[in-house]
Amino acid sequence: MTRTLIALIKRDLNLAWRQGGGALLGTVFFAVAVVLFPLGVGPEPNTLARIAAGVLWVAALLAAVVSLDRLFEADHDDGSLDGLALLPLPFSLVVAAKCLAHWLASLLPVVIISPFLGLMMRLEGDALVALVLALLLGTPGLSFIGAIGAALAVGLRRAGALLSLLVLPLYIPALIFGVAAVEAARMGLDPAPHLMLLFGVTLFAVVIGTAAATAALKFDLE
Amino acid sequence: MADSLVASKVTARRGGRLVFRDLDLAVFPGEAVILRGPNGAGKSTLLRLLAGLLRPEAGDITRAGVAIADDPESHRADLHYIGHSLALKGILTAAENLAFWAEARGGDAADAASALAKTGATAFANLEVRRLSAGQQRRVSLARLFVTPATLWLLDEPTVTLDQAAVAALARNMTDHLAAGGMIVAATHVELGLEGARVMEMAASPYDAEAAA
Repeated sequence: MTRTLIALIKRDLNLAWRQGGGALLGTVFFAVAVVLFPLGVGPEPNTLARIAAGVLWVAALLAAVVSLDRLFEADHDDGSLDGLALLPLPFSLVVAAKCLAHWLASLLPVVIISPFLGLMMRLEGDALVALVLALLLGTPGLSFIGAIGAALAVGLRRAGALLSLLVLPLYIPALIFGVAAVEAARMGLDPAPHLMLLFGVTLFAVVIGTAAATAALKFDLE
Repeated sequence: MADSLVASKVTARRGGRLVFRDLDLAVFPGEAVILRGPNGAGKSTLLRLLAGLLRPEAGDITRAGVAIADDPESHRADLHYIGHSLALKGILTAAENLAFWAEARGGDAADAASALAKTGATAFANLEVRRLSAGQQRRVSLARLFVTPATLWLLDEPTVTLDQAAVAALARNMTDHLAAGGMIVAATHVELGLEGARVMEMAASPYDAEAAA
C-alpha cells in the first residue's frame, strides 16, 4: 500500500516538473503578484509591513488555485483515473496522495521562497518566522480543500474560473488565521495560538477535502 | 473457493437511460466471454460494472462467491481493466508509464521491460508516448496486462488501431492467459480465434426504441 502511494506521488512530482513549468507556475505567480505591491503601493516601509501578511497570504491562495485545475483533469482525460480507481487500495488514499503531491510540487516552493518576499515586504525577525511557519502549516490544507473544487470541475469546460469561485471562499479560515499569526508576531505577541488554530484548519481540510473529492470523483466515474 | 466472476440479474442505468436489464454472465478460470452487439448496447457499461467502476442499479456481481461491493480491494488486486482510453502519460516514455503501473499495483518497476516485450513494444520503450503512433500507443497500453499478474482481464475494444501482427500477438497472449487459468471478458468485433470463447450477443437497448416511439 505504501509503495503504491509513493509510486503515485513520485509520478505526479515527475509529471509536474516535466510539464514545462506546471509546478513552478503557481510559485512564479506568487512571486510576481507580491512583487507588484511595492511597485503599486510605494516603498514606504511601514505601509508595506502593515499589508505584508495579507498580501502574501492572498497571493499564496491565488497560487494554489492557479495550480489546481489539472489536479484530476489530466488523469480523467487520458483514462488514468480508471486505473487509479482500480488500484487495490481505498480510492480516498489515492486522492490524498495526489493532494500531497500537489502540495509538494506547487505549494512547498511557495513556502520556500516566502521569506525572501516577506523581507521585500519589510517583515522582520519574528514576523518573518511566523510567516514561514504559518504558510508551512496552512498551505497543505489549500491543496486538500482545492481538491474538492478540482474534483467537481473535472470534465467541465472553463473549469479554471469556476474552480476559483468554488474554492476561494473555502480558503477564508486559513487566510484569517494565517494573517493573524503573522500580525501577532509583528506586534510582539505570541503567534502560537493562531498557528495551532491554522493547523487545526489544515487537519480538518485533509479529512473533509479527501472525503469530498473522493465522493465527487466516484460520481464522475459512474 | 475457486475463482469465478458471476453477474446475476444485473440492471444498469447510465445518465437516466436504462442500458440493459436482468443480464446474466458467468466466467470461470480458463474461460473467455466475448461481448458483441451494436454501439450503445452496453458492452462498455458491462465491463465497467464488472470492474467495479460502476454500481449496478439492481442485481449482484460476485467474485469467487463474494459480492465485489463487499470486498472491492481483493477484486481490484486481481483484475486488469483496459478501457478505451490508454491511461498513459504522453510526456513519459513507454517504459516509465509501465514502471509506474507496475509499482502502483504492487509489482516491480523492472517488470516493465518484459511486459512491453509481450506486446511487441520493446523497440519504442524509451520514446515518449506522445511521439508514438496510435497503434504503438495501444500496444504500450496493452502491456499493462503484464506488469503484474491478475487472473481477470476486462478488455474494452482492445484491438482498436492495432495492426494484424499485433492483433495476432494479442490473441496469442489471451490464449496463453486462458491456458494458465485466467478469465477474460472482452468487447471486440474482431475474430480472435480463441478456443473455448463464448460469444455473448447484447441487443440494442429496447428501452431506447421504446422511448423513441
